[in-house]
Amino acid sequence: MENFSYSRPATLRDATAQLGKEHGRVAIIAGGTDLLGEMKDELAAPARLVPVRHLREMQGVRTVGAGLRIGAATPLVDVVENRAVQEQAPLLAMAAVKVGTPAIRNMGTIGGNICQRPRCWYYRNNYPCFKHGGSACFSALGENDFHAILEGGPSFIVHPSDTAPALVALGASARIAGPGGRERIVPLDAFFVTPRQDVRRENVLQPDEILVELQVPNAPAGSRATYVKEMVRETWNFALCSVAAMVTLSNGVVSDVRIVMGGVAPVPYRALKAEAAIRGQRLTETTAAAAGAAAVEGARPLAKNGYKVPLTQATVKRALLSLA
Amino acid sequence: MKHTVDLTVNGEACSETVEARTLLVHLLRDQLGLTGTHVGCVVGECGACSVLVDGKLVKSCLMLAVQADGRDVTTIEGLSGGAALHPVQEAFVQRFALQCGFCTPGFVMAAHALLCANPDPTEAEIRQVLSSNLCMCTGYVQIVEAVKEAAARLRSCT
Repeated sequence: MENFSYSRPATLRDATAQLGKEHGRVAIIAGGTDLLGEMKDELAAPARLVPVRHLREMQGVRTVGAGLRIGAATPLVDVVENRAVQEQAPLLAMAAVKVGTPAIRNMGTIGGNICQRPRCWYYRNNYPCFKHGGSACFSALGENDFHAILEGGPSFIVHPSDTAPALVALGASARIAGPGGRERIVPLDAFFVTPRQDVRRENVLQPDEILVELQVPNAPAGSRATYVKEMVRETWNFALCSVAAMVTLSNGVVSDVRIVMGGVAPVPYRALKAEAAIRGQRLTETTAAAAGAAAVEGARPLAKNGYKVPLTQATVKRALLSLA
Repeated sequence: MKHTVDLTVNGEACSETVEARTLLVHLLRDQLGLTGTHVGCVVGECGACSVLVDGKLVKSCLMLAVQADGRDVTTIEGLSGGAALHPVQEAFVQRFALQCGFCTPGFVMAAHALLCANPDPTEAEIRQVLSSNLCMCTGYVQIVEAVKEAAARLRSCT
């Protein structure tokens, strides 16, 4: 790993002042579980690291009004174990506990989890792909077993986060700090960007900005939620596909629903067609299967990831049935 | 640029000079001589370098030494009292939970972290925590048995 400078900012304002205008030159480090891996593999070689885990605004879970404010540098374990999260946004706790292993959840943070870089093996092996500034996606015609079936192209990465689909389903927003005390709030469904919008990046964060906190509205009263993650083995892997589902039933009929999928598209993918298919219906084998089919409408699998289409269909169906 | 980090390791305060890129595992092994913490994959996958930081299980190859400034680190050397093995270590010996032994310090630290937080874990909880660590020899069955035995031993002596 190349050496770099490391300076501990006293305040959030000091931290943003250290970032600069160029992607990759300065990196923000919270838990470091993704960043240090990237630096060791020479995918990233920042000249400076700016640690943020100690910054007050970025730590811990608070209840504010009808929602939660979760500091972006809060370790995943603290999100999983937090009583307010369990009660007010249980979907998030269910998703966060599926990240990595206990040791990873002790170190990694929720902000880092949603900002982690892709796991594509070409990207991670430093092929000169779009993500590295090159002019090809090697997975398109290569080994694409784990790549996108929806929203793919020109890059076919999938978004690897478990917490992101849950946060999108909950209608969360990102509070972002820029230089000079500037701030903006971005709803998470506008936070992630597809390769067509920006092939180099996975989100809207500018080089001089820091994701400070996640603002998570309480789950609707009476709603039920689940996070289902399918992996190649039972634990400790990124999702082949995952489904964050939240429904509210009125007299046995779905009155409100959110279905957001991970591992199948370059962004957390809100399955609007599946939501439309199940809204106003009772949750039965037939209606859940129809929602599953609607979830993969428009899917364009590559040569080796066709299995993801029925897998995603079945996972959506199963997630919904578990909420009946 | 060099940095000074002040941390507590196995109950003793120490102050060390490191480069920004020095990993916690290298500080422990190369500067403090605590070679019980092993370096396996160095990318956070195998768990051979597992230690406790502020009581929580972490992979010391995925943490910079500068990130450990002001924190409390426990390594495998901090478990036993002199020549006497810690009950988790005893149980690993009794249950043949190791063959080559390379991964063992990491497994013992993972088991110790679990049992401190949860003295009576279910097998599923044991397996969940051990999913942070890889063993290429044993097939894990005896490791799970050892953790169950360690839990029973620790409960009987409190």
